[in-house]
Amino acid sequence: MTEPPLHQRLGLRDDELARIEATLGREPNPTELAMYAVMWSEHCSYKSSKIYLRTLPTEGEAVLVGPGQDAGAVDIGDGTAVVFKIESHSHPSAIEPYQGAATGVGGIVRDIVSMGARPVALLDPLMFGPLQQERNRWLLSGVVAGIGGYGNCIGVPTVGGEVRFAEPHSANPTVNVMCVGIADADRLMTAQSHTPQVGSLLVLYGASTGRDGIGGVSVLASATLEDGSEASRPSVQIGDPFTEKLLIEATLELVGEDVLEGLQDLGGAGITCAVSESAARAGMGVRLDLDAVPLRARGMEPFEILTSESQERMLAIVHPTRLEDVDRICSRWGLSTAVIGELVPGGELTVTSAGAVAASVPARSLADDGPEYDRPATPPAQAASSAEDPTFVPYDGDPADALRALLAAPNIASKRWIYEQYDRLVQGNSVAGPGSDAALVRVGSKALALSTDGKGRFGALDPYLGSVHSVAEAARNVAVTGARPLAITNCLNFGDPEQPEVMWQFAESIRGIRDACLALGTPVTGGNVSFYNGSGGSAIDPTPVIGMLGLLADHRLRVPGGFPRPRLSIHLLGETFAELGGSEFAQTVLGNAGGRPPAIDLERERALLRLLEEAAAETILASAHDCADGGLAVALAECAIAGGNGFAVAVPGDLPAHVTLFAESASRAVVAVDPADEERLLGLAAARGVPVARLGETGGPRALIDGLLDVPVAELAGIWEGAIPLLLGEAV
Amino acid sequence: MTVRTPRIGVVTFPGSLDDRDALRAIATMGGEAVPLWHADADLRGVDAVVLPGGFSYGDYLRCGAIARFAPVMEEVVRFADRGSPVLGICNGFQILCESGLLPGALIRNRSLRFVCRNVWLRVETSLTVVTNELTPGETVQIPIKHGEGQWVATPEQLDRVEDGNLVVFRYASREGIVDAAHNPNGATDNIAGVRNEAGNVVGLMPHPEHAVDPDIGPVGGQPLFASLLRSALVGIAT
Repeated sequence: MTEPPLHQRLGLRDDELARIEATLGREPNPTELAMYAVMWSEHCSYKSSKIYLRTLPTEGEAVLVGPGQDAGAVDIGDGTAVVFKIESHSHPSAIEPYQGAATGVGGIVRDIVSMGARPVALLDPLMFGPLQQERNRWLLSGVVAGIGGYGNCIGVPTVGGEVRFAEPHSANPTVNVMCVGIADADRLMTAQSHTPQVGSLLVLYGASTGRDGIGGVSVLASATLEDGSEASRPSVQIGDPFTEKLLIEATLELVGEDVLEGLQDLGGAGITCAVSESAARAGMGVRLDLDAVPLRARGMEPFEILTSESQERMLAIVHPTRLEDVDRICSRWGLSTAVIGELVPGGELTVTSAGAVAASVPARSLADDGPEYDRPATPPAQAASSAEDPTFVPYDGDPADALRALLAAPNIASKRWIYEQYDRLVQGNSVAGPGSDAALVRVGSKALALSTDGKGRFGALDPYLGSVHSVAEAARNVAVTGARPLAITNCLNFGDPEQPEVMWQFAESIRGIRDACLALGTPVTGGNVSFYNGSGGSAIDPTPVIGMLGLLADHRLRVPGGFPRPRLSIHLLGETFAELGGSEFAQTVLGNAGGRPPAIDLERERALLRLLEEAAAETILASAHDCADGGLAVALAECAIAGGNGFAVAVPGDLPAHVTLFAESASRAVVAVDPADEERLLGLAAARGVPVARLGETGGPRALIDGLLDVPVAELAGIWEGAIPLLLGEAV
Repeated sequence: MTVRTPRIGVVTFPGSLDDRDALRAIATMGGEAVPLWHADADLRGVDAVVLPGGFSYGDYLRCGAIARFAPVMEEVVRFADRGSPVLGICNGFQILCESGLLPGALIRNRSLRFVCRNVWLRVETSLTVVTNELTPGETVQIPIKHGEGQWVATPEQLDRVEDGNLVVFRYASREGIVDAAHNPNGATDNIAGVRNEAGNVVGLMPHPEHAVDPDIGPVGGQPLFASLLRSALVGIAT
């Protein structure tokens, strides 16, 4: 058997090679081919997703920086910009969970820092296969330890995220990470605000360059993992959080003293990506000298230096007169610097090594002119599941037992075992941390409200609705704290885009995000696409993860999720319908994964969001909690567990009891108000057209739903807290 | 006696993480917060020194093992030997143990996992620079966040610590019950913090700087900083 040609081994198609030859007017040499292979990889070029991503709404009055830069930025007033982005590190994590997850944290933090912002929060949405399988327990433990091992060492609090479990993620866990930063709006490092000059220097600072992570974007992130994927382990990068911490502090000093003309982090595709993007953005060429790059391995080939994904490196563009300042600040933080090139007129990226030209290509052709595909997209021949719609399956079990089962279900159970491994406190601004509907991070007298949500189970049944629900739930999680949802970043986790059914899922998901973001007024400021999640022909559920940024005008007006005291009046905002499809109840109690996800009316959702914001601003709400996973019964139980106060309620309506208790109908929230404020709540709700039902009141040690269940809250709390440690083989 | 605001220094090592938080806590509690730099052998005339939490120098060898060789540490040791107040928090506690200013050592948590949670501490002595406003037996709530916080000692050290009343805090229930259920890291005798014999040097794993602001969490760190500020003023007066 003959070996395939080099371009194929690097992941390039024949027509892509032809395109490169047309650009250069000659055959590329192997070094050039390696550069194109990484830059035109799915991961870097978004070649399968671009045509869809363009349809997302990206503009809004608060948006300062939209998609296309290292991270999006939103104006929150008082001259402060919030920079935020989410990214995936699923492929490396599937192979080496600790380092895969750790370097994912490092990468997203540098994205935020390269905008000139101080990172103030991290959130980690994770999805694994069921914990009954040993490999999934190993992956969970390793990923969580990696997130903590890196995040806890760089002084950025991990304030939220979510952890879900579903069989399709056994093949390939989904490891996303979102970072949020703060900057003075007029100091943001953007292509618009900073203009590099011809003759300005490219300064590489931070860690040295080694052989780790070569081909990470093309070998790992742009192909489906197959058996024997351990052989890809050398493509996983190794993280050094200590150097990252120094890099953060040194970079923020450089930005603060206004030393730089440009700044770019080094992540996927390494120096090739950072240099070609910097040049393309400046509209210039670059003369790049590989002999000047500090190396940590002997005998590295030019292509290795160019594509290494060694971590903890940054590229600054510096006017020659400011070079001394860069050296001074970096050496104060113990970081080495190296001038590796300069900006030149024209657009050519010329790479020299050992005195000879190793590569010479138009910078723009690498960074901006990658291929773009309109891949075949067709809906699956048959529905995702042929199972009967669970809404119409008779159920005569004990509702109390069903509630116990749901609280023990890993998707719903307490994630304390996970988030206690993260430092949520450093920086001293975590008003609300993990375990809350949304994390709240104080900024002056305001607070950022942050939530990440992915509804893979709904997405598996209907990718359009799954996406709409993901955006709506993320917005609702922010709104129940009293905050206004402002904008999103998204991480689009899908299978193999070369499969028409996966491409259809992707197209439907984008349509859902677009509709929901337009209706809710939350533009998309950026994000990341992660394809090829799956193995052996099976793909993960279509799982767009939405990272929502909201703003609470006064952090002291935040609304807690739990019932804070007895004798409050409990209300359900929104309406419950006969829709059990895709619910945790259907899955866990009925063992039925069929049906359709709940319907959603985005106008109703918008009305609920505004009502929550208004009621919080008028300090009417004693507590508010999103009513979603597990339905009304689980929402009530969570309010009781979190606040340490029980409840006695009666549920209205004529639906079967289990439907009323466990349906996951959209656009609902459970709120508690002082009886004296009840009339005001009803008035605000009526003005917004949001249905309200008074359920009962808070107090006592029991969870009591009239005629249906009566269980001590302490028992429910024990089940809810103990479930995940139990699955991991640990006593609480 | 002139009354002035006590100046409390906080040392930043490469890899310090809670240095800004400690500076803010000092200011919140009414002190003058003074940043100190690891590479400067200069304490800038402060009245007390805080070694903050973090991962100094990456802690790649052993927590605190390299930080003790920093130029500033020679000054801190001299400062402590003169009887001036020195508080080490988390990584700062590890540095004080490595420097020989405090007995014992800190090893990986028994669970082998990092743990971040609010805990209750029982005050064991008021004869220190951070507990002179507290009464033995009372409890305060303060968060912990560490992967290597299990305090251990040789049998001789342990005898000296226990017999000499050098334990400052023990992990306990809210009511002050000291048992295994309330020991978050496996520390010997539930020990969360110790002092030197003079009581001017104290190290503890919990983070009082993250427990002074009621908008964020518990406020059990307030009396510790109040004590430290008072101790610093006493130092000025004498």
